[in-house]
Amino acid sequence: MKKKGKLDQDHIWGYLLVSPTIIGLLVLNVYPFLQTIYLSFTNAKVFGAHKFVGMDNYVKMINSEEFLRATWNTILFCILTVPVGVLLALVVAVLLNAKIRGKVVFRAIFFLPMVVAPAAVAMVWKWMFNSEYGIVNTILHTNIDWITNPNVVIITVAIVAVWSALGYDAVLLLSGIQNISRSYYEAAGLDGCSKLQQFWYITLPMVSPTLFVVLIMRLMASLKVYDLLYMMVGEGNPALGKAQSLIYLFYRESFISGNRGYASAIVIWTVLLIGVVTLLQFLGQKKWVNYEV
Amino acid sequence: MKKKKGMTTFLTYAALTIGAVIMVFPFIWMLLTAFKTNAEVMQIPPTILPAEWKLDSFTRVMDLLPFGKLYMNTILMIAGRVICAVAFCSMAGYAFAKLNFRGKNFLFTLVIVQQMIPGQIFIIPQYQMIARLGAGNSFFALIFPGIVSAFGTFFLRQSYMGIPNEIGEAAYLDGCNRWQTFTKVMFPLTGASVAALAVFTAVFAYTDLMWPMIVNTDINATTLSAGLSSLNGQFSTNYPVLMAGSLLAMLPMVVLYLIFQKQFIEGVAMTGGK
Repeated sequence: MKKKGKLDQDHIWGYLLVSPTIIGLLVLNVYPFLQTIYLSFTNAKVFGAHKFVGMDNYVKMINSEEFLRATWNTILFCILTVPVGVLLALVVAVLLNAKIRGKVVFRAIFFLPMVVAPAAVAMVWKWMFNSEYGIVNTILHTNIDWITNPNVVIITVAIVAVWSALGYDAVLLLSGIQNISRSYYEAAGLDGCSKLQQFWYITLPMVSPTLFVVLIMRLMASLKVYDLLYMMVGEGNPALGKAQSLIYLFYRESFISGNRGYASAIVIWTVLLIGVVTLLQFLGQKKWVNYEV
Repeated sequence: MKKKKGMTTFLTYAALTIGAVIMVFPFIWMLLTAFKTNAEVMQIPPTILPAEWKLDSFTRVMDLLPFGKLYMNTILMIAGRVICAVAFCSMAGYAFAKLNFRGKNFLFTLVIVQQMIPGQIFIIPQYQMIARLGAGNSFFALIFPGIVSAFGTFFLRQSYMGIPNEIGEAAYLDGCNRWQTFTKVMFPLTGASVAALAVFTAVFAYTDLMWPMIVNTDINATTLSAGLSSLNGQFSTNYPVLMAGSLLAMLPMVVLYLIFQKQFIEGVAMTGGK
Protein backbone atom coordinates (compact mmCIF):
# COMPACT_ATOMS: atom_id res chain seq x y z
CA MET A 1 0.00 0.00 0.00
CA LYS A 2 2.77 2.34 0.98
CA LYS A 3 4.69 1.47 -2.16
CA LYS A 4 1.71 2.30 -4.35
CA GLY A 5 1.30 5.64 -2.61
CA LYS A 6 4.92 6.46 -3.24
CA LEU A 7 4.57 5.54 -6.88
CA ASP A 8 1.54 7.79 -7.30
CA GLN A 9 3.37 10.69 -5.76
CA ASP A 10 6.21 9.97 -8.15
CA HIS A 11 3.78 10.11 -11.06
CA ILE A 12 2.19 13.38 -10.09
CA TRP A 13 5.44 15.14 -9.27
CA GLY A 14 7.20 13.60 -12.24
CA TYR A 15 4.70 15.03 -14.71
CA LEU A 16 4.51 18.36 -12.90
CA LEU A 17 8.26 18.81 -12.86
CA VAL A 18 8.95 17.83 -16.46
CA SER A 19 5.93 19.63 -17.92
CA PRO A 20 7.51 23.09 -18.40
CA THR A 21 10.47 21.56 -20.21
CA ILE A 22 8.40 19.15 -22.31
CA ILE A 23 5.80 21.77 -23.27
CA GLY A 24 8.61 24.21 -24.01
CA LEU A 25 10.44 21.72 -26.19
CA LEU A 26 7.25 20.87 -28.07
CA VAL A 27 6.52 24.53 -28.78
CA LEU A 28 10.08 25.77 -29.31
CA ASN A 29 11.74 22.77 -30.97
CA VAL A 30 9.48 19.96 -32.10
CA TYR A 31 6.86 22.11 -33.81
CA PRO A 32 9.50 24.42 -35.44
CA PHE A 33 11.42 21.37 -36.62
CA LEU A 34 8.37 19.93 -38.39
CA GLN A 35 7.36 23.39 -39.63
CA THR A 36 10.80 23.95 -41.19
CA ILE A 37 10.56 20.62 -43.02
CA TYR A 38 7.09 21.60 -44.24
CA LEU A 39 8.23 25.09 -45.30
CA SER A 40 11.07 23.62 -47.33
CA PHE A 41 8.44 22.10 -49.64
CA THR A 42 6.59 25.40 -50.10
CA ASN A 43 7.24 28.72 -51.78
CA ALA A 44 6.76 30.62 -48.50
CA LYS A 45 7.80 34.27 -48.48
CA VAL A 46 7.54 36.79 -45.68
CA PHE A 47 3.96 37.80 -46.39
CA GLY A 48 1.01 36.26 -48.15
CA ALA A 49 -0.13 32.71 -48.72
CA HIS A 50 2.22 29.98 -49.75
CA LYS A 51 1.62 26.81 -51.64
CA PHE A 52 3.15 23.37 -51.83
CA VAL A 53 5.84 23.18 -54.50
CA GLY A 54 7.23 19.70 -53.93
CA MET A 55 10.97 19.39 -54.38
CA ASP A 56 11.33 22.74 -56.20
CA ASN A 57 13.43 24.38 -53.49
CA TYR A 58 15.80 21.44 -53.36
CA VAL A 59 16.12 21.39 -57.16
CA LYS A 60 16.75 25.12 -57.18
CA MET A 61 19.29 24.64 -54.42
CA ILE A 62 21.47 22.02 -56.11
CA ASN A 63 21.41 24.03 -59.33
CA SER A 64 22.41 27.22 -57.57
CA GLU A 65 26.04 28.17 -57.92
CA GLU A 66 25.76 30.33 -54.81
CA PHE A 67 24.52 27.38 -52.75
CA LEU A 68 27.20 24.99 -54.01
CA ARG A 69 29.80 27.65 -53.36
CA ALA A 70 28.47 28.15 -49.82
CA THR A 71 28.64 24.41 -49.17
CA TRP A 72 32.23 24.31 -50.37
CA ASN A 73 33.11 27.43 -48.37
CA THR A 74 31.70 25.79 -45.24
CA ILE A 75 33.72 22.61 -45.80
CA LEU A 76 36.84 24.62 -46.64
CA PHE A 77 36.35 26.63 -43.46
CA CYS A 78 36.30 23.39 -41.45
CA ILE A 79 39.45 22.17 -43.18
CA LEU A 80 41.17 25.47 -42.42
CA THR A 81 40.09 25.77 -38.79
CA VAL A 82 39.53 22.34 -37.24
CA PRO A 83 42.89 20.49 -37.62
CA VAL A 84 45.03 23.56 -36.95
CA GLY A 85 42.79 24.78 -34.14
CA VAL A 86 42.61 21.47 -32.29
CA LEU A 87 46.34 20.85 -32.71
CA LEU A 88 47.25 24.30 -31.37
CA ALA A 89 44.82 23.80 -28.48
CA LEU A 90 46.53 20.52 -27.63
CA VAL A 91 49.92 22.26 -27.64
CA VAL A 92 48.62 25.01 -25.36
CA ALA A 93 47.02 22.44 -23.05
CA VAL A 94 50.28 20.48 -22.74
CA LEU A 95 52.22 23.68 -22.06
CA LEU A 96 49.68 24.75 -19.43
CA ASN A 97 50.03 21.35 -17.78
CA ALA A 98 53.74 21.87 -17.19
CA LYS A 99 55.00 22.74 -13.72
CA ILE A 100 55.25 26.47 -14.18
CA ARG A 101 54.31 29.57 -12.28
CA GLY A 102 51.54 31.88 -13.46
CA LYS A 103 49.54 29.00 -14.89
CA VAL A 104 46.24 30.56 -13.82
CA VAL A 105 47.12 33.85 -15.50
CA PHE A 106 48.07 32.18 -18.78
CA ARG A 107 44.92 30.07 -18.73
CA ALA A 108 42.78 33.15 -18.11
CA ILE A 109 44.41 35.02 -20.98
CA PHE A 110 43.98 32.22 -23.51
CA PHE A 111 40.36 31.81 -22.47
CA LEU A 112 39.51 35.52 -22.71
CA PRO A 113 38.06 35.60 -26.28
CA MET A 114 35.39 33.15 -25.15
CA VAL A 115 33.66 35.77 -23.01
CA VAL A 116 33.85 38.52 -25.65
CA ALA A 117 30.98 38.75 -28.11
CA PRO A 118 32.05 37.57 -31.59
CA ALA A 119 30.68 40.88 -32.86
CA ALA A 120 33.40 42.77 -30.94
CA VAL A 121 36.09 40.22 -31.79
CA ALA A 122 35.25 40.44 -35.48
CA MET A 123 35.34 44.22 -35.40
CA VAL A 124 38.84 44.55 -33.96
CA TRP A 125 40.27 41.89 -36.29
CA LYS A 126 38.63 43.55 -39.25
CA TRP A 127 40.43 46.71 -38.25
CA MET A 128 43.75 44.94 -37.74
CA PHE A 129 43.39 43.24 -41.12
CA ASN A 130 42.50 46.51 -42.85
CA SER A 131 44.48 46.53 -46.09
CA GLU A 132 45.58 50.18 -45.95
CA TYR A 133 45.99 51.07 -42.28
CA GLY A 134 45.82 47.68 -40.56
CA ILE A 135 48.52 46.71 -38.11
CA VAL A 136 48.88 43.20 -39.56
CA ASN A 137 50.12 44.43 -42.92
CA THR A 138 52.38 46.92 -41.14
CA ILE A 139 53.99 44.27 -38.95
CA LEU A 140 54.38 41.73 -41.76
CA HIS A 141 55.47 44.39 -44.29
CA THR A 142 52.85 43.03 -46.68
CA ASN A 143 50.14 44.60 -48.75
CA ILE A 144 47.41 41.96 -48.66
CA ASP A 145 43.69 42.69 -49.06
CA TRP A 146 42.79 40.44 -46.15
CA ILE A 147 39.10 41.29 -46.14
CA THR A 148 38.22 42.08 -49.74
CA ASN A 149 40.35 39.67 -51.77
CA PRO A 150 38.02 36.72 -52.56
CA ASN A 151 40.90 34.25 -52.47
CA VAL A 152 42.16 35.37 -49.08
CA VAL A 153 39.12 36.34 -47.04
CA ILE A 154 38.16 32.86 -45.86
CA ILE A 155 41.70 32.31 -44.56
CA THR A 156 41.47 35.61 -42.70
CA VAL A 157 38.22 34.60 -41.01
CA ALA A 158 39.66 31.14 -40.27
CA ILE A 159 42.60 32.76 -38.44
CA VAL A 160 40.19 34.74 -36.29
CA ALA A 161 38.08 31.63 -35.63
CA VAL A 162 41.13 29.63 -34.51
CA TRP A 163 42.24 32.50 -32.29
CA SER A 164 38.77 32.76 -30.73
CA ALA A 165 38.33 29.09 -29.90
CA LEU A 166 41.89 28.25 -28.88
CA GLY A 167 41.56 28.88 -25.15
CA TYR A 168 38.22 27.14 -24.84
CA ASP A 169 39.46 23.98 -26.52
CA ALA A 170 42.71 24.13 -24.54
CA VAL A 171 40.80 24.34 -21.24
CA LEU A 172 38.79 21.24 -22.13
CA LEU A 173 41.90 19.33 -23.20
CA LEU A 174 43.77 20.49 -20.11
CA SER A 175 41.08 19.05 -17.84
CA GLY A 176 41.43 15.79 -19.77
CA ILE A 177 45.19 15.78 -19.36
CA GLN A 178 44.94 16.57 -15.64
CA ASN A 179 42.81 13.47 -15.15
CA ILE A 180 45.66 11.23 -16.25
CA SER A 181 47.19 9.49 -13.24
CA ARG A 182 50.69 10.69 -12.34
CA SER A 183 51.81 7.11 -11.77
CA TYR A 184 52.00 6.47 -15.53
CA TYR A 185 54.50 9.28 -15.95
CA GLU A 186 56.48 8.22 -12.92
CA ALA A 187 56.79 4.68 -14.26
CA ALA A 188 57.76 5.97 -17.70
CA GLY A 189 60.30 8.34 -16.14
CA LEU A 190 61.92 5.44 -14.29
CA ASP A 191 62.09 3.50 -17.53
CA GLY A 192 63.96 6.42 -19.08
CA CYS A 193 61.27 7.66 -21.47
CA SER A 194 61.81 11.19 -22.80
CA LYS A 195 59.15 13.89 -22.44
CA LEU A 196 58.28 13.46 -26.10
CA GLN A 197 57.86 9.71 -25.71
CA GLN A 198 55.73 10.28 -22.64
CA PHE A 199 53.50 12.62 -24.61
CA TRP A 200 53.19 10.19 -27.50
CA TYR A 201 52.66 6.97 -25.53
CA ILE A 202 50.82 8.24 -22.44
CA THR A 203 49.28 11.69 -22.84
CA LEU A 204 47.93 11.32 -26.36
CA PRO A 205 46.18 7.93 -25.93
CA MET A 206 44.86 8.88 -22.49
CA VAL A 207 43.48 12.23 -23.62
CA SER A 208 42.02 10.86 -26.85
CA PRO A 209 38.41 10.68 -25.53
CA THR A 210 38.56 14.39 -24.66
CA LEU A 211 40.28 15.11 -27.95
CA PHE A 212 37.42 13.39 -29.71
CA VAL A 213 34.82 15.51 -27.88
CA VAL A 214 36.73 18.70 -28.75
CA LEU A 215 37.06 17.63 -32.37
CA ILE A 216 33.34 16.91 -32.74
CA MET A 217 32.40 20.16 -31.04
CA ARG A 218 34.80 22.24 -33.13
CA LEU A 219 33.57 20.58 -36.33
CA MET A 220 29.94 21.29 -35.47
CA ALA A 221 30.74 24.89 -34.59
CA SER A 222 32.71 25.38 -37.82
CA LEU A 223 29.94 23.88 -39.93
CA LYS A 224 27.56 26.40 -38.34
CA VAL A 225 29.91 29.40 -38.66
CA TYR A 226 28.04 32.60 -39.19
CA ASP A 227 28.67 35.53 -36.84
CA LEU A 228 32.36 36.17 -37.60
CA LEU A 229 31.62 36.06 -41.33
CA TYR A 230 28.59 38.28 -40.98
CA MET A 231 30.58 40.91 -39.10
CA MET A 232 33.80 40.74 -41.11
CA VAL A 233 32.44 40.14 -44.61
CA GLY A 234 29.28 42.18 -44.90
CA GLU A 235 26.78 42.78 -47.67
CA GLY A 236 28.49 44.58 -50.54
CA ASN A 237 31.91 43.11 -49.92
CA PRO A 238 33.15 41.75 -53.28
CA ALA A 239 34.51 38.69 -51.50
CA LEU A 240 31.15 37.74 -49.97
CA GLY A 241 30.45 34.91 -52.45
CA LYS A 242 33.82 33.32 -51.76
CA ALA A 243 33.39 33.52 -48.00
CA GLN A 244 29.67 32.97 -47.42
CA SER A 245 28.92 29.89 -45.29
CA LEU A 246 25.72 27.87 -45.44
CA ILE A 247 24.24 29.43 -42.32
CA TYR A 248 25.14 32.90 -43.60
CA LEU A 249 23.39 32.12 -46.89
CA PHE A 250 20.46 30.77 -44.86
CA TYR A 251 20.30 34.01 -42.89
CA ARG A 252 20.38 36.16 -46.01
CA GLU A 253 17.75 34.10 -47.82
CA SER A 254 15.36 33.92 -44.86
CA PHE A 255 15.71 37.32 -43.19
CA ILE A 256 16.99 39.65 -45.90
CA SER A 257 15.54 38.26 -49.14
CA GLY A 258 12.55 36.72 -47.35
CA ASN A 259 12.63 33.39 -49.18
CA ARG A 260 11.50 31.33 -46.22
CA GLY A 261 10.78 28.17 -48.18
CA TYR A 262 14.11 28.12 -49.97
CA ALA A 263 15.98 29.08 -46.79
CA SER A 264 14.33 26.17 -44.98
CA ALA A 265 15.69 23.78 -47.60
CA ILE A 266 19.17 25.24 -47.07
CA VAL A 267 19.05 24.85 -43.30
CA ILE A 268 17.80 21.27 -43.59
CA TRP A 269 20.68 20.48 -45.91
CA THR A 270 23.08 22.07 -43.42
CA VAL A 271 21.73 20.03 -40.53
CA LEU A 272 21.97 16.84 -42.60
CA LEU A 273 25.56 17.71 -43.48
CA ILE A 274 26.39 18.22 -39.80
CA GLY A 275 24.69 14.92 -38.99
CA VAL A 276 26.66 13.00 -41.62
CA VAL A 277 29.99 14.54 -40.60
CA THR A 278 29.31 13.77 -36.93
CA LEU A 279 28.30 10.21 -37.78
CA LEU A 280 31.52 9.69 -39.76
CA GLN A 281 33.49 10.93 -36.78
CA PHE A 282 31.74 8.49 -34.47
CA LEU A 283 32.44 5.64 -36.89
CA GLY A 284 36.06 6.68 -37.26
CA GLN A 285 36.71 7.09 -33.54
CA LYS A 286 37.18 3.34 -33.01
CA LYS A 287 40.44 3.60 -34.91
CA TRP A 288 42.08 6.13 -32.62
CA VAL A 289 40.09 6.88 -29.48
CA ASN A 290 41.19 4.89 -26.47
CA TYR A 291 38.45 4.21 -23.90
CA GLU A 292 40.36 1.61 -21.90
CA VAL A 293 41.58 3.31 -18.79
CA MET B 1 69.91 16.62 -16.67
CA LYS B 2 69.17 19.67 -14.59
CA LYS B 3 70.31 21.98 -17.34
CA LYS B 4 68.02 20.26 -19.82
CA LYS B 5 65.09 20.70 -17.47
CA GLY B 6 65.84 24.40 -17.16
CA MET B 7 65.84 24.67 -20.92
CA THR B 8 62.44 22.95 -21.21
CA THR B 9 60.96 25.28 -18.62
CA PHE B 10 62.40 28.27 -20.42
CA LEU B 11 60.93 27.16 -23.75
CA THR B 12 57.56 26.52 -22.11
CA TYR B 13 57.51 30.05 -20.72
CA ALA B 14 58.65 31.49 -24.05
CA ALA B 15 55.95 29.67 -26.02
CA LEU B 16 53.21 30.57 -23.56
CA THR B 17 54.30 34.19 -23.47
CA ILE B 18 54.25 34.50 -27.25
CA GLY B 19 50.82 32.87 -27.27
CA ALA B 20 49.55 35.17 -24.53
CA VAL B 21 50.77 38.24 -26.41
CA ILE B 22 48.89 37.10 -29.53
CA MET B 23 45.76 36.56 -27.43
CA VAL B 24 45.91 39.92 -25.69
CA PHE B 25 47.19 42.11 -28.47
CA PRO B 26 43.86 42.59 -30.30
CA PHE B 27 42.27 43.89 -27.09
CA ILE B 28 45.16 46.28 -26.46
CA TRP B 29 44.96 47.48 -30.03
CA MET B 30 41.23 48.00 -29.63
CA LEU B 31 41.87 50.09 -26.53
CA LEU B 32 44.63 52.19 -28.12
CA THR B 33 42.64 52.78 -31.32
CA ALA B 34 39.56 53.87 -29.38
CA PHE B 35 41.55 56.76 -27.85
CA LYS B 36 42.97 57.98 -31.16
CA THR B 37 41.35 60.29 -33.68
CA ASN B 38 40.21 59.01 -37.04
CA ALA B 39 42.97 61.08 -38.69
CA GLU B 40 45.60 59.54 -36.47
CA VAL B 41 44.68 55.93 -37.22
CA MET B 42 45.09 56.64 -40.93
CA GLN B 43 48.67 57.79 -40.54
CA ILE B 44 51.40 55.78 -42.19
CA PRO B 45 53.40 54.51 -40.40
CA PRO B 46 50.84 54.00 -37.62
CA THR B 47 51.39 55.36 -34.13
CA ILE B 48 51.39 52.90 -31.26
CA LEU B 49 50.22 55.08 -28.41
CA PRO B 50 47.65 57.80 -29.11
CA ALA B 51 49.28 61.21 -29.68
CA GLU B 52 46.65 62.50 -27.32
CA TRP B 53 44.29 60.31 -25.29
CA LYS B 54 40.93 61.50 -26.61
CA LEU B 55 37.52 60.47 -25.34
CA ASP B 56 35.75 61.77 -28.46
CA SER B 57 35.09 58.34 -29.93
CA PHE B 58 33.42 57.22 -26.72
CA THR B 59 31.11 60.22 -26.55
CA ARG B 60 30.38 59.82 -30.25
CA VAL B 61 29.49 56.13 -29.99
CA MET B 62 27.29 56.80 -26.98
CA ASP B 63 25.37 59.29 -29.11
CA LEU B 64 25.08 56.76 -31.93
CA LEU B 65 23.97 53.82 -29.83
CA PRO B 66 21.70 53.87 -26.74
CA PHE B 67 24.24 52.05 -24.60
CA GLY B 68 22.24 52.30 -21.38
CA LYS B 69 19.34 50.49 -23.00
CA LEU B 70 21.61 47.97 -24.72
CA TYR B 71 23.21 47.09 -21.38
CA MET B 72 19.82 46.81 -19.74
CA ASN B 73 18.37 44.62 -22.51
CA THR B 74 21.42 42.38 -22.48
CA ILE B 75 21.31 42.00 -18.70
CA LEU B 76 17.59 41.24 -18.77
CA MET B 77 18.05 38.70 -21.54
CA ILE B 78 20.86 36.96 -19.67
CA ALA B 79 18.98 37.04 -16.35
CA GLY B 80 15.76 35.78 -17.93
CA ARG B 81 17.44 32.91 -19.74
CA VAL B 82 19.58 31.91 -16.75
CA ILE B 83 16.59 31.88 -14.36
CA CYS B 84 14.47 29.87 -16.79
CA ALA B 85 17.26 27.41 -17.55
CA VAL B 86 18.17 26.85 -13.90
CA ALA B 87 14.55 26.50 -12.73
CA PHE B 88 13.10 24.35 -15.51
CA CYS B 89 16.20 22.24 -16.16
CA SER B 90 16.62 21.51 -12.46
CA MET B 91 12.98 20.44 -12.13
CA ALA B 92 13.09 18.21 -15.19
CA GLY B 93 16.59 16.94 -14.45
CA TYR B 94 15.54 15.87 -10.95
CA ALA B 95 12.36 14.20 -12.21
CA PHE B 96 14.17 12.31 -14.98
CA ALA B 97 16.89 11.15 -12.59
CA LYS B 98 14.98 10.32 -9.43
CA LEU B 99 11.27 9.81 -10.06
CA ASN B 100 9.46 6.93 -11.71
CA PHE B 101 6.60 7.87 -13.96
CA ARG B 102 5.07 6.36 -17.06
CA GLY B 103 6.54 7.56 -20.35
CA LYS B 104 9.70 8.81 -18.68
CA ASN B 105 12.03 7.09 -21.12
CA PHE B 106 10.08 8.29 -24.11
CA LEU B 107 10.10 11.89 -22.86
CA PHE B 108 13.78 11.74 -22.03
CA THR B 109 14.55 10.42 -25.51
CA LEU B 110 12.76 13.50 -26.82
CA VAL B 111 15.12 15.68 -24.77
CA ILE B 112 18.23 13.87 -26.02
CA VAL B 113 17.18 14.10 -29.66
CA GLN B 114 16.43 17.83 -29.34
CA GLN B 115 19.80 18.36 -27.72
CA MET B 116 21.57 16.96 -30.76
CA ILE B 117 19.78 19.03 -33.41
CA PRO B 118 21.49 22.33 -34.33
CA GLY B 119 19.33 25.25 -33.20
CA GLN B 120 19.36 27.06 -36.54
CA ILE B 121 16.74 24.68 -37.89
CA PHE B 122 14.19 26.14 -35.42
CA ILE B 123 14.79 29.80 -36.16
CA ILE B 124 12.33 30.60 -38.96
CA PRO B 125 9.28 29.09 -37.18
CA GLN B 126 10.38 30.59 -33.85
CA TYR B 127 10.60 33.95 -35.54
CA GLN B 128 7.19 33.47 -37.14
CA MET B 129 5.66 32.72 -33.74
CA ILE B 130 7.10 35.93 -32.30
CA ALA B 131 5.86 37.86 -35.34
CA ARG B 132 2.37 36.34 -35.08
CA LEU B 133 2.19 37.18 -31.38
CA GLY B 134 3.25 40.72 -32.25
CA ALA B 135 5.98 40.27 -29.64
CA GLY B 136 8.90 41.62 -31.64
CA ASN B 137 11.10 44.21 -29.93
CA SER B 138 10.26 42.90 -26.49
CA PHE B 139 11.96 41.28 -23.52
CA PHE B 140 9.86 38.17 -24.14
CA ALA B 141 11.24 37.86 -27.68
CA LEU B 142 14.81 37.97 -26.40
CA ILE B 143 14.43 35.11 -23.96
CA PHE B 144 11.93 33.10 -26.06
CA PRO B 145 14.23 30.40 -27.56
CA GLY B 146 16.03 30.04 -24.22
CA ILE B 147 13.00 29.42 -22.01
CA VAL B 148 13.79 25.71 -21.94
CA SER B 149 17.01 23.92 -22.70
CA ALA B 150 17.35 20.31 -23.79
CA PHE B 151 21.07 20.47 -23.14
CA GLY B 152 20.59 21.90 -19.64
CA THR B 153 18.02 19.23 -18.79
CA PHE B 154 20.39 16.51 -19.92
CA PHE B 155 23.30 18.10 -18.08
CA LEU B 156 21.49 18.51 -14.75
CA ARG B 157 19.98 15.03 -14.97
CA GLN B 158 23.56 13.72 -14.97
CA SER B 159 24.20 15.74 -11.85
CA TYR B 160 21.12 14.32 -10.04
CA MET B 161 22.06 10.81 -11.17
CA GLY B 162 25.27 11.24 -9.19
CA ILE B 163 23.39 11.83 -5.91
CA PRO B 164 22.79 8.56 -4.00
CA ASN B 165 19.12 7.49 -3.78
CA GLU B 166 19.52 7.01 -0.03
CA ILE B 167 19.60 10.75 0.47
CA GLY B 168 16.19 11.17 -1.16
CA GLU B 169 14.81 8.20 0.77
CA ALA B 170 16.06 9.61 4.05
CA ALA B 171 14.30 12.88 3.29
CA TYR B 172 11.12 10.95 2.44
CA LEU B 173 11.26 9.09 5.76
CA ASP B 174 11.68 12.44 7.49
CA GLY B 175 8.33 13.43 6.02
CA CYS B 176 9.36 15.46 2.99
CA ASN B 177 7.19 15.13 -0.10
CA ARG B 178 8.75 15.03 -3.56
CA TRP B 179 8.76 18.79 -3.96
CA GLN B 180 10.36 19.36 -0.57
CA THR B 181 12.92 16.63 -1.22
CA PHE B 182 13.77 18.36 -4.46
CA THR B 183 13.94 21.95 -3.26
CA LYS B 184 15.35 21.45 0.24
CA VAL B 185 17.62 18.43 -0.13
CA MET B 186 18.48 17.62 -3.74
CA PHE B 187 18.70 21.01 -5.47
CA PRO B 188 21.27 22.45 -3.01
CA LEU B 189 23.52 19.46 -3.72
CA THR B 190 23.80 20.36 -7.41
CA GLY B 191 25.33 23.80 -6.81
CA ALA B 192 28.44 23.31 -8.94
CA SER B 193 26.47 22.02 -11.91
CA VAL B 194 23.87 24.76 -11.62
CA ALA B 195 26.64 27.37 -11.56
CA ALA B 196 28.19 25.77 -14.64
CA LEU B 197 24.87 25.81 -16.48
CA ALA B 198 24.31 29.43 -15.47
CA VAL B 199 27.70 30.49 -16.83
CA PHE B 200 27.17 28.54 -20.03
CA THR B 201 23.71 30.02 -20.56
CA ALA B 202 24.89 33.55 -19.79
CA VAL B 203 27.86 33.43 -22.18
CA PHE B 204 25.74 31.88 -24.90
CA ALA B 205 23.01 34.51 -24.53
CA TYR B 206 25.53 37.33 -24.48
CA THR B 207 27.37 36.19 -27.60
CA ASP B 208 24.23 35.27 -29.58
CA LEU B 209 23.90 37.51 -32.61
CA MET B 210 21.35 36.21 -35.11
CA TRP B 211 18.33 35.91 -32.84
CA PRO B 212 18.37 39.39 -31.22
CA MET B 213 19.19 40.88 -34.60
CA ILE B 214 16.08 39.43 -36.26
CA VAL B 215 13.46 39.71 -33.49
CA ASN B 216 14.44 42.99 -31.89
CA THR B 217 15.22 45.23 -34.84
CA ASP B 218 14.52 48.43 -32.89
CA ILE B 219 17.89 49.66 -31.68
CA ASN B 220 16.37 50.57 -28.30
CA ALA B 221 15.11 47.04 -27.74
CA THR B 222 18.10 45.00 -28.83
CA THR B 223 21.29 43.64 -27.23
CA LEU B 224 24.91 44.77 -27.22
CA SER B 225 25.92 42.25 -29.90
CA ALA B 226 23.15 43.24 -32.27
CA GLY B 227 23.80 46.91 -31.53
CA LEU B 228 27.42 46.49 -32.54
CA SER B 229 26.40 44.86 -35.79
CA SER B 230 24.27 47.87 -36.72
CA LEU B 231 27.17 50.17 -35.85
CA ASN B 232 29.40 48.04 -38.07
CA GLY B 233 26.99 48.55 -40.94
CA GLN B 234 26.72 52.32 -40.57
CA PHE B 235 30.21 53.41 -39.57
CA SER B 236 32.36 50.83 -41.23
CA THR B 237 35.19 53.28 -41.85
CA ASN B 238 35.45 55.14 -38.55
CA TYR B 239 37.57 52.65 -36.65
CA PRO B 240 38.07 54.62 -33.42
CA VAL B 241 34.29 54.81 -33.05
CA LEU B 242 33.89 51.10 -33.82
CA MET B 243 36.62 50.21 -31.33
CA ALA B 244 35.10 52.41 -28.63
CA GLY B 245 31.76 50.69 -29.20
CA SER B 246 33.33 47.22 -29.07
CA LEU B 247 35.18 48.12 -25.91
CA LEU B 248 32.04 49.36 -24.18
CA ALA B 249 30.14 46.25 -25.29
CA MET B 250 32.73 43.78 -24.05
CA LEU B 251 33.67 45.54 -20.83
CA PRO B 252 30.94 44.26 -18.43
CA MET B 253 31.43 40.61 -19.34
CA VAL B 254 35.22 40.90 -19.18
CA VAL B 255 35.02 42.51 -15.72
CA LEU B 256 32.71 39.72 -14.54
CA TYR B 257 35.10 37.20 -16.05
CA LEU B 258 38.12 38.68 -14.30
CA ILE B 259 36.31 38.54 -10.96
CA PHE B 260 34.79 35.06 -11.35
CA GLN B 261 37.52 33.65 -13.58
CA LYS B 262 37.64 30.29 -11.84
CA GLN B 263 33.87 29.77 -12.01
CA PHE B 264 33.80 30.77 -15.67
CA ILE B 265 36.51 28.39 -16.76
CA GLU B 266 35.35 25.50 -14.59
CA GLY B 267 31.77 26.06 -15.65
CA VAL B 268 32.66 25.96 -19.29
CA ALA B 269 34.94 22.97 -18.81
CA MET B 270 32.08 21.11 -17.11
CA THR B 271 29.55 21.89 -19.82
CA GLY B 272 32.16 21.29 -22.50
CA GLY B 273 31.30 19.22 -25.48
CA LYS B 274 28.20 21.19 -26.32
